Amino acid sequence: MLELSELWFILIAVLFIGFVLLEGFDFGVGMQLKFLAKNDLERRMLINTIGPVWDANEVWLLTAGGAMFAAFPHWYATLFSGYYLAFFLMLLALIARGVAFEYRSKVESKAWRTTWDWCIILGSLIPPFLLGALFSGLAKGLPIDETMTMNASFFGDIVNVYTVTGGVAFVMLAYMHGLNFTQLKVEGELRDRANKQALKWFIPTAAVVVLYVVLTFIYTGVFGPEKGKFTIPIYAVAILLYLGMYVLLKKRREGLSFVFTSLILLLVVASYFVALFPYVLVSSTNLDWSITLYDAASGAYTLKLMTIVAVSLVPVVLAYTVWSYYVFRKRLTEKEHLEY
Amino acid sequence: MDALILARAQFAATTVFHFFFVPLSIGLAFIVAIYQTMYVVKKNEIYKDMAKFWGKFFLINFAVGVVTGIIQEFQFGMNWSEYSRFVGDIFGPPLAIEALLAFFMESTFIGLWIFGWDRLSKKVHLMTIWLVSLGTSLSALWILAANSFMQNPAGYEIVDGRAQMNNIVEVLGNPKVLTAWPHVLFASLTTASFMILGISAIMMLKKKNVEFYKKSMTIPVIIAVIATIGVALTGHSQGSVLVETQPMKMAAAEGFYEDTGDVAPWSVFAIIDTENKEVKSLNIPALGSFMYYGKFEGKIEGMNTLQDKFVEEYGEGNYIPPVKTTYWSFRAMIFSGVIMIVLAIIGAVKLARGTMENSKGYFKWLAAAIGLPYIANTTGWFMAEFGRQPWIVDGLLTTADAVSPNVGAGAILLSLVSFILIFTLLMAAMIYLFVRTAKQGPYGTQTDVTDSDPFSEGGVKHA
Ligand code: HDD
Ligand code: HEM
Ligand code: HEM
Repeated sequence: MLELSELWFILIAVLFIGFVLLEGFDFGVGMQLKFLAKNDLERRMLINTIGPVWDANEVWLLTAGGAMFAAFPHWYATLFSGYYLAFFLMLLALIARGVAFEYRSKVESKAWRTTWDWCIILGSLIPPFLLGALFSGLAKGLPIDETMTMNASFFGDIVNVYTVTGGVAFVMLAYMHGLNFTQLKVEGELRDRANKQALKWFIPTAAVVVLYVVLTFIYTGVFGPEKGKFTIPIYAVAILLYLGMYVLLKKRREGLSFVFTSLILLLVVASYFVALFPYVLVSSTNLDWSITLYDAASGAYTLKLMTIVAVSLVPVVLAYTVWSYYVFRKRLTEKEHLEY
Repeated sequence: MDALILARAQFAATTVFHFFFVPLSIGLAFIVAIYQTMYVVKKNEIYKDMAKFWGKFFLINFAVGVVTGIIQEFQFGMNWSEYSRFVGDIFGPPLAIEALLAFFMESTFIGLWIFGWDRLSKKVHLMTIWLVSLGTSLSALWILAANSFMQNPAGYEIVDGRAQMNNIVEVLGNPKVLTAWPHVLFASLTTASFMILGISAIMMLKKKNVEFYKKSMTIPVIIAVIATIGVALTGHSQGSVLVETQPMKMAAAEGFYEDTGDVAPWSVFAIIDTENKEVKSLNIPALGSFMYYGKFEGKIEGMNTLQDKFVEEYGEGNYIPPVKTTYWSFRAMIFSGVIMIVLAIIGAVKLARGTMENSKGYFKWLAAAIGLPYIANTTGWFMAEFGRQPWIVDGLLTTADAVSPNVGAGAILLSLVSFILIFTLLMAAMIYLFVRTAKQGPYGTQTDVTDSDPFSEGGVKHA
């Protein structure tokens, strides 16, 4: 039987996957303000494609944080205090970006809009980068001492060749995911241009991802004898999906391309959790000081309560989330009334 | 400076800032929902204009409320890791439930509300704003449940040096939650109604859209009367809970070093000398007993007595919180509350008599009163949080033991300064948009109607 603490480990993985999948395309779309849109109208169309949903997508991260706090207090405490500066940067980025969506179109001045646009662009670039770097750090192991405290140096433990590559890979995958989303959600020239760009970035993105996989092999035990039998197939499928996407992009099968980037992100994020299990944090100082999910977990009462809450609320949340995507299923055209 | 002081300063700065926006969001969501209900029921377009117009302020405010909240969610782990380890079992669940139950609801339905005017049927669209309002209130419930555990721990046992939950009913049924939640909800309605009244008053003084603003005032006046009286009554219940659960905070809030007699006075103004523990106070006799016990009798223990008791119970140490801050915060909240009750009642009288329109003097008061709920909200939390010191979880964990050991002063200083900087900018942008929106008025040019941006290259392709 699955223990409740193990179930919660899986649920937290699911929440992070949900976040990367959903907010992933929001980030990608945000970056497109700089790299795809050519004028203010196009920028507004892009923002309006994610306008009704970005906030709810971000709540996946908040829920992941809250669930980690509730189910694995030590994981939450060690991770967030240890990664202090990285999370601080991520928060700054998310703050600037969130307000920018609401504020940018409220004043018709070039300086005003350009400022907020930069908030959106940087606010969409920095978080996936940091997320990729953080996940890579988890895979590699971090300096954790015998009191469960992480003493990570910013340059070295948190920022190094491997984690930076992971960060860049995340940014590029999010961008690709965003391009697929844009192709699905707009009409006209913008849609065609998004397709062209996806094809243009196809090889550079592949190159970074392959480099990342190679570095993962060198720096971490993710593909080691124990975990390899799970992680190698996961990555193999992800790479096959990626290659397959080329055909889909060429044929303009937009729905399927989007499903493919979604699956790729799902597999990549899942692979970290597969590699970690049963640890939540691996100590690079002394393997014995690593924290397992059993060490980190809350008491039985809390886990039971949280399971009941999750089982009863998650279906409701999913139902209205699906409904909201259904309400906004139509493509945006240049004639549309734009809110943001 | 040491990391503890900085971490406290950062927490105080970010939560106070978050709570600058929170009450207005909670209150405006409700009032906008009422306007929109009037529109759907009475089919009168002016109520739709009201919902849309005041809805703009709501959205401008909400955006900052959301992003300042994101920090809070992670700050416990970042700055208070030892605290998080100690209380995660109890403190984490309300936070997680808040996200799952309230944040998803708020954020999904607010998207549907903003973008749904033309996409949803009138009734379904009305439902979306009510769900947003419900979401904000539920969010308040769960976060206050978490905070209440820190004020008055309940529903837990200590296992291996950590607090573990053993009874959710006690966590939620904590008398502190049951009084704080309605108090905060009434405070939020007060904040929003005084914001609408203040803006309307300023615009009517300027003779702009007089009909619209006059009509806008009716509902907020009624809500203001109910809410300001509600805040006083629930504040009174908070006091009765406080005297039982946190007598030290209560004594500090009243500036009582010595035990009072059997009939306790209430101090209106005091000069407090914390060094010599002496207080010169202007008192109203017997009101203190009434506030805390609901009758003109009842003794309140002084800080000196309580300090001795606590030393016996918890060992050497200073268990007296910052007395002046606690005392004056409490006074500022109450005085603001009383002024607002008076203003609300005057408004109701004017409304009943139909003399609202030409009340210049009153409008000036209303304009100035926009600030009062902000003072009361902030000082309310000052009292609650400063008055709890030196404890972070009352009687179980001190603030000094709660801080992250691995986060240096330099890192916190960097984040503290950055947060304050970015918050100042956000606040400036928000106030600018508030003023602008008010000036534009309900029928002014709306940026979302004219999609033209004359400056951008490529310009616009359609009208
Ligand atoms: C009494 C009410 C109240 C209090 C004490 C707090 N909040 Fe808050 N919070 C709200 C009431 C609220 C709110 C009304 O639900 C929001 C939504 C928009 C707003 O302006 O405030 C909000 C937004 C909000 C968000 C963003 C949600 C989203 O993305 O939609 C987060 C993560 C938090 N809060 C977290 C916290 C934490 C961890 C707090 C403890 C220090 C806290 N809040 C205090
Ligand atoms: C949003 C409204 C709130 C405001 C305005 C507020 C205000 C404050 C202030 C002024 C302090 C500093 C006290 C001091 O340093 O002496 C503080 C500390 C603190 N508060 Fe609150 N608080 C709020 C809500 C909460 C909630 C809801 C929680 C928990 C869920 C909480 C938990 C804490 C913690 C952990 C500290 C840090 C330790 C300390 O210095 O006491 N606060 N808060
Ligand atoms: C009119 C008389 C009022 C009384 C007697 C009163 C009383 C109280 C009391 C006893 C507390 C509890 C502090 C603690 O538990 O440590 C409190 C907290 C608070 N009050 Fe008031 N209050 C009044 C008016 C107001 C007004 C007008 C507002 C805002 C519009 C307000 C906002 C708050 C807030 C935000 C808190 C902190 C949250 C909490 O601890 O519940 N209060 N008040």
